[in-house]
Amino acid sequence: MALSIVHRATGIALYFGTLLLAWWLIAVASGPGAYANVQAFTGSIIGKLIVFGYTWALMHHLLSGLRHLVWDLGYGFKASEREALTWAALIGGISLTVLVWIVYAFGAGK
Amino acid sequence: MVEFALPKNSKITGGKTWPKPAGATETREFKVYRWNPDDGKNPGIDTYHIDINDCGPMVLDGLIWIKNHIDPTLTFRRSCREGVCGSCAMNIDGQNTLACTKSMHDVKEGAVKVNPLPHQPVVKDLVPDLTNFYAQYASIEPWLKTTSPTPQKEWRQSHEDREKLDGLYECILCACCSTSCPSYWWNSDRFLGPAALLQATRWVKDSRDEATGERLDNLEDPFRLYRCHTIMNCAKACPKGLNPSEAIAELKLKLVERQI
Repeated sequence: MALSIVHRATGIALYFGTLLLAWWLIAVASGPGAYANVQAFTGSIIGKLIVFGYTWALMHHLLSGLRHLVWDLGYGFKASEREALTWAALIGGISLTVLVWIVYAFGAGK
Repeated sequence: MVEFALPKNSKITGGKTWPKPAGATETREFKVYRWNPDDGKNPGIDTYHIDINDCGPMVLDGLIWIKNHIDPTLTFRRSCREGVCGSCAMNIDGQNTLACTKSMHDVKEGAVKVNPLPHQPVVKDLVPDLTNFYAQYASIEPWLKTTSPTPQKEWRQSHEDREKLDGLYECILCACCSTSCPSYWWNSDRFLGPAALLQATRWVKDSRDEATGERLDNLEDPFRLYRCHTIMNCAKACPKGLNPSEAIAELKLKLVERQI
């Protein structure tokens, strides 16, 4: 049940993350001044934390959604499979998030 | 609708601690939900100590011991005491299960906490009102429906077709699954719940039944079937080891398949 709640919570978080994404896109289209505002926010500690959280919400919701797809196709219902899928979504989501940020950190360093 | 807090008159307040049995060398503490519809008080948790050397191992044995030796007013349902009838379903140590098949020694630490099945109206103490649950079971019309002429002898079924009912026919309608389901807690007026849906699957998959389409029509509803969000509490709770969430997934698949 806990991971079902997390799936919903990350789903709700994605709405706000998408707003952030929309803000960024609008700023890109508006010009250097607007874009600098977004960068000032996303570059700050709080901004980075929020974007990091958004990355995790996206990755977790993606994998958790795939888990639900497997179930909707009629597979993975045994107790062991059920637990494995759930743990895979949780650990996979965290790993992918960290991976994305490692790639970003090294990419940004170039 | 979604409720996160208990109504005022259901809030648990206090409870009585009963004296330990005289002369007992080993005792086990039981914390049992008590509510009497006649005294106008809120529910409480009573504390009992049972003599485990004078009592069987199951939680139901403990409850019967309390009723016989300490407090005859304690009210609960029980019948077969071997996991066949489903009467003694209750919430033990935070998990819905049958008191007759749950050993009190499997409750590792502290008191054995016993509560009625969650989110159902309480009749008294550990007895929930399952009227709605049974009405939902009746609504799926759990009997063989046919249009062909009745055969001279029985309706025949191959061994292979009979095996398709394994994992479904064993359900004893104890309500452990439905009352563990958050969707059922919040939408039990419209969502059929895992038990009734597992039973519906049992009749949809029966090779002898000739009302499959009609049955699926009745299930195709945003609430009756699709309030299931594969939370899986049902499969975790089932004391018979059945998997209502899998049965519900099969129903959803059948509804998609007939569109193609």
